Amino acid sequence: MNKIVEKEYFSENVVKLVVEAPLIAKARKAGHFVIVRACEKGERIPLTIAQADEEKGTITLVIQAVGKSTKKICALNVGDYLCDVVGPLGQATHIEKVGTVLCCGGGVGVAPLLPIVEAMKAAGNRVVVILAARTKDLIILEEQMRAAADEVIIMTDDGSYGNKGLVTNGAEEVINREKVDMCVTIGPAIMMKFVSLLTKKYEIPTVVSLNTIMVDGTGMCGACRITVGGQTKFVCVDGPEFDAHQVDFDEMLMRLSSYKEVE
Amino acid sequence: MSKEEIAAQRASEWREALRKEKKNKDRIEIERVKMTELDPQYRITNNEEVNCGLTMEQAQREASRCLDCPDPQCMQGCPVNIFIPTFIKNIERGEFLEAAKTLKMTSALPAVCGRVCPQEKQCESKCFYKLKLGKEPVAIGYLERFAADYERESGKMALPETKEKNGIKIAVVGSGPAGLSFAGEMAKLGYSVTVFEALHEIGGVLKYGIPEFRLPNKIVDVEINNLRALGVEFIADCIVGKTISYDDMHQMGFRGIFVASGAGLPRFMNIPGENLIGVMSSNEYLTRVNLMGAACDDCDTPVVKGKRVAVIGGGNTAMDSVRTARRVGAERAMIIYRRSEDEMPARREEIHHAKQEGVEFLTLHNPIEYIGNEKGRVTAVRLQKMQLGEPDASGRRSPEPIPGAIETIEVDEVIVSVGVSPNPLIPNAIKGLEISRKGTIVVNEESMRSQLNDLYAGGDIVRGGATVILAMGDGRRAARAMDEAILNNQL
Repeated sequence: MNKIVEKEYFSENVVKLVVEAPLIAKARKAGHFVIVRACEKGERIPLTIAQADEEKGTITLVIQAVGKSTKKICALNVGDYLCDVVGPLGQATHIEKVGTVLCCGGGVGVAPLLPIVEAMKAAGNRVVVILAARTKDLIILEEQMRAAADEVIIMTDDGSYGNKGLVTNGAEEVINREKVDMCVTIGPAIMMKFVSLLTKKYEIPTVVSLNTIMVDGTGMCGACRITVGGQTKFVCVDGPEFDAHQVDFDEMLMRLSSYKEVE
Repeated sequence: MSKEEIAAQRASEWREALRKEKKNKDRIEIERVKMTELDPQYRITNNEEVNCGLTMEQAQREASRCLDCPDPQCMQGCPVNIFIPTFIKNIERGEFLEAAKTLKMTSALPAVCGRVCPQEKQCESKCFYKLKLGKEPVAIGYLERFAADYERESGKMALPETKEKNGIKIAVVGSGPAGLSFAGEMAKLGYSVTVFEALHEIGGVLKYGIPEFRLPNKIVDVEINNLRALGVEFIADCIVGKTISYDDMHQMGFRGIFVASGAGLPRFMNIPGENLIGVMSSNEYLTRVNLMGAACDDCDTPVVKGKRVAVIGGGNTAMDSVRTARRVGAERAMIIYRRSEDEMPARREEIHHAKQEGVEFLTLHNPIEYIGNEKGRVTAVRLQKMQLGEPDASGRRSPEPIPGAIETIEVDEVIVSVGVSPNPLIPNAIKGLEISRKGTIVVNEESMRSQLNDLYAGGDIVRGGATVILAMGDGRRAARAMDEAILNNQL
């Protein structure tokens, strides 16, 4: 049982929860995720850790209410308990000084991107961040990103905030403007696919962090399997980060729809 | 287990008297008991346990078949060396609680073993009836279950005798059969035992893997609560190597660690279409249904409820999956296996039960490709027909494709049950362990001790995929060896 100590609405369907989980707060690194179960009859779902406070023994999760289980989690309030939080899971992000790192975040993918931006900056990189969303209200964690990165560019589909356009428009501009040594992208699968196609064109090494369907999250079930470079990989133990240019995004998009009819 | 100990038990007055009560030639005339089973048509509509257990009369009659051999071979066939004749003769004389107590001297989970052990390959295969008389062996497994169930239902569950607490902290990684067996043994020896479990439920494969119709969860829970009563502490949602490290465990004051993290990664066949929607591992399927309750309306976890389900493989997990599929609503549930039925590793009882429940057996068929629709859902499987050739390294006749003999069968769900690899979490997280090519932790076969002085391991993380009882035997051996090492100041 893990107590919720803080709750904030980023938008109508996007919620930030700060949850007591002292051991995870101590052990986690950028890139790690947890498996959460809202209640006794609840589903086990993976959520990437956005931030952690070792002293307070808390971790921060950002959740978008899309299905039955995420809606249940988002409906919980301060003082309520999550039935289970287990982790940190997956491989931590490989952090090193490469020069300039372009970090592209879309939707709630911005949350797990934040610790990577912080770690990349701390390693001595120049970090340029692109935050993308459909509209102004859906841009999250802008302030924290500005504090962590060298530059933050906002892109909205409708032009209600920042520049009008897709994340790829913003990314291409940066690539044309300066030498980018590496790209990290986290967001909806379709967005990651197109960022990956763009950076492949410019031959920029790119890392994606994938969030697939999982049950146990420890390598046991294989529900999260994807194809990377022609080989089957398990996102939970081999990932969640992979070489974007090797990932079969079309297959991943297809597999993400496994239980659409049930939802 | 010394010969003297066995002989001393056998020499007790009541045993002598019992042996004289009935002549052996009368005993051997009694037919082996038939287990009462739920009707197949009824049982596929629910999750109730298929085997109903023996009545008192049935059990006593079956127990009277046992000849109380002076050199009981059955005990050699048992990985935890249960005092088999002693417990059976206690049943015969009506001392059922005494029988249960005998079981618990060497087995932490008798109600579980009585249900899921492959007795026909172990104790019962060594029975005098089988070896010397060419008759059906004494139903040792049924009797074990009877005694354990009787004790539980009597409400007079006896806790095994335990030594005084010695204050030494021992950690167990994983709460499956190996971990539970080890924890029970160490608690009895006076140690303070903490079991760390990665999932939210305690019980490991007994909960997520074996279905309710073969092993009800409430039976497992009773056994776990018995361990709690012995002072064993369970911590769920804690992954050793992730949530806490090997070093953390030392800081927490654990003197010895037993790793029983089980068989983790499901194997796939790497054939085209294996990542289509509706194709999944038996681990995923069984975990969804057993652990997450996906077939119940009030649980949030979904599961594909296929109408035409193909299960690939011929082991017990394949049988569990295909029989679960029948219960979840499959109209056509098929086992697809590349060898013939004789080579199937599953227990005969499971195969028999599956057939009763209307499962089709497509033996000598091997999947070569899955075909999907425009939404990426599996719609068919292409099967290569096989024939048996010469025996291979495993002694089984190896299957060979019959050129050109390929057929396509419509399916809407495929469950791949072709084995598992050991869970890589611990091997990856703890440095200094010797890991085999298969990914298992290398240990001394007698002591179960690894390259690291304070780390012992057993069960599937060492064996790579075996049975509940072998895992339990490992736990028991490791506990004895660790206790000895601690007493001799070698740990």
